Amino acid sequence: MIRVEGLTRSFGAVRAVDGVGFEAQDGRITGLLGPNGAGKSTTLRILYTVLRPQGGSASIDGIDVVADPLATRRRIGVLPHGAGIYPQLTARENIAYFGRLHGLDGAALEQRVGELMSELDIAGYADRRAKGFSQGERIKVALARALVHAPRNLLLDEPTNGLDVMATRALRSLILRLRAAGHCILFSSHVMQEVAALCDDIVIIDHGRVVAAGTPEVLRAQFGSATLEDAFVAAIGDSRGLE
Amino acid sequence: MLKELRETLRDRRTLVNSLLIGPILAPLFFILILKLALSRSISTQDELVPVTVVNAAAAPNLVQRLRENGLDVTLREGAESDIRRWITDSGELVVLRIPENFGTRFSEAKPAAIQLYSDGSDSKAGKNSARVRDAVAAYASLIGALRLQARGVSPTVVQPVVVDEIDVSTPSARATLLLGMLSYVILLATLMGGLYLAIDATAGERERGSLESLLTVPAVREHLIYGKIAATVIMMLVSLAFVSASIAVSVKAVPLETFGMSANFGPDVVWRVFLTVAPFALVAAAILTVVASFTRTYKEAQSWLGIVLLVPTVPIAIAGVLSVQPQASLMLVPSLSQHLLIQGLIRGDPLPAGWALLAAASCLALGLALTWLAGRLYRREAILG
Repeated sequence: MIRVEGLTRSFGAVRAVDGVGFEAQDGRITGLLGPNGAGKSTTLRILYTVLRPQGGSASIDGIDVVADPLATRRRIGVLPHGAGIYPQLTARENIAYFGRLHGLDGAALEQRVGELMSELDIAGYADRRAKGFSQGERIKVALARALVHAPRNLLLDEPTNGLDVMATRALRSLILRLRAAGHCILFSSHVMQEVAALCDDIVIIDHGRVVAAGTPEVLRAQFGSATLEDAFVAAIGDSRGLE
Repeated sequence: MLKELRETLRDRRTLVNSLLIGPILAPLFFILILKLALSRSISTQDELVPVTVVNAAAAPNLVQRLRENGLDVTLREGAESDIRRWITDSGELVVLRIPENFGTRFSEAKPAAIQLYSDGSDSKAGKNSARVRDAVAAYASLIGALRLQARGVSPTVVQPVVVDEIDVSTPSARATLLLGMLSYVILLATLMGGLYLAIDATAGERERGSLESLLTVPAVREHLIYGKIAATVIMMLVSLAFVSASIAVSVKAVPLETFGMSANFGPDVVWRVFLTVAPFALVAAAILTVVASFTRTYKEAQSWLGIVLLVPTVPIAIAGVLSVQPQASLMLVPSLSQHLLIQGLIRGDPLPAGWALLAAASCLALGLALTWLAGRLYRREAILG
């Protein structure tokens, strides 16, 4: 459960996030949708505690991310933008390293890593160095790494970027499985179809502000559009018109 | 947290390999150069110096004398233009031309000129012609002395002042002059040992995008950076151990004894050198990490740290130019204190133990301060760039 209220953050003169507020429920997939530079990544980075907000508040499972970043980090699994993994380590070592940083150890760690690898279908390249991995393989390892401590909340920053059709489908089905397991999943994307195919709730962001939010049905009704894409364009157009 | 980081570095085998090769090769290389330099200076004393003499018939005694002085005399005839051509053909050639009138002028006790041809731009020819000149000068002063004696004058009359050179350095101290650079090799190899890790753990981590993931882990950020510094220190210590050991082995291969020098680099000195430099590793690791933390990419970090590598030479160079004597206050300067302590050890004349402790303490204090600074840097969110 993620709750964000009136979040603001500027970089110099640019107001990257300007009063963003939304809620993401457990057992649901919430999509942060918006054009490039809308403030999606910044919002997520505040949530996963590498950036501090200048105003507003954000909490995960009721824990304030600014007041207690360590407790926050224990409750979230993060797939940051780009998802860098260590090229000299094997897939298994990459995952195990983060497991250890999360305090797992010995047999428990080994078992957890094994579980994740079979769940994510990594076993085929578990003991190869990550150097030569394809983008899809890399994302899977990064995702396994994010899930190693079985976090309740998942923050995914453009997870399907650079993935081919098959890898995207695999990732999608994985996200759906995680939802079924009751996780709270928040993911950002600028790809309309992506969000339409996956999300229960959609938060449309532009220029650091939430311009529309709700289920796909609600959004379609709100903008009187037949498709979600029309609703998206209408919402963005609205905000552009307001300036 | 520290252990985990060590684990990562252990798996980065490619990096580790490149690290280990550096410290082993560096002293070997150094020793090779040293050996080459020594064997060259030995050879110039013992080797027969070739010289070609033109018109030797005009001065048979001189030619005989040159042969006795260890010169390899070749007799050849030709005009001046021929001589120039010979030298162009073989740069090392030194040619002594004795003019036709040499004999008459010599017997009239007038200065008899001879011409020495050589290529001044060739270093070997320069040495050879110097040997020839010495031999001729020795012959000339011998003849001069004989002539004075024949006229009833003591030859000592023309030697108003004589210089007696007395070298009071101990054999080890003489070797120190040559081995003085070793302390720098040791410090540099130590730095190099941790260089790649320091870059990889900071700028590399950022460039790959794995830093952001690392920061979402429930660990205090300072602890992460302390782990990185600890890992760098360990690499440096490994590198230091290798460099000390390989110097100890390779120094034995240098024929220092032929110059009446003895190198003091036994096992006892090796581990003392290790202990002396070990605290320096913390300073070095922390400084490399702090500097690398400011850079954005691997390449940028490499160029910056290249400059940082020179920093420890600065105090050593200044001290060398001013030829300062070791004193307690200098022990507070990292790298210089290690340099002086290592010099003392190699010279077989160690500095007081209290000084060594002082040097270690000042290094540890500075190292901890820098480590703390690195921790502060990682607390700022700007670390993500």
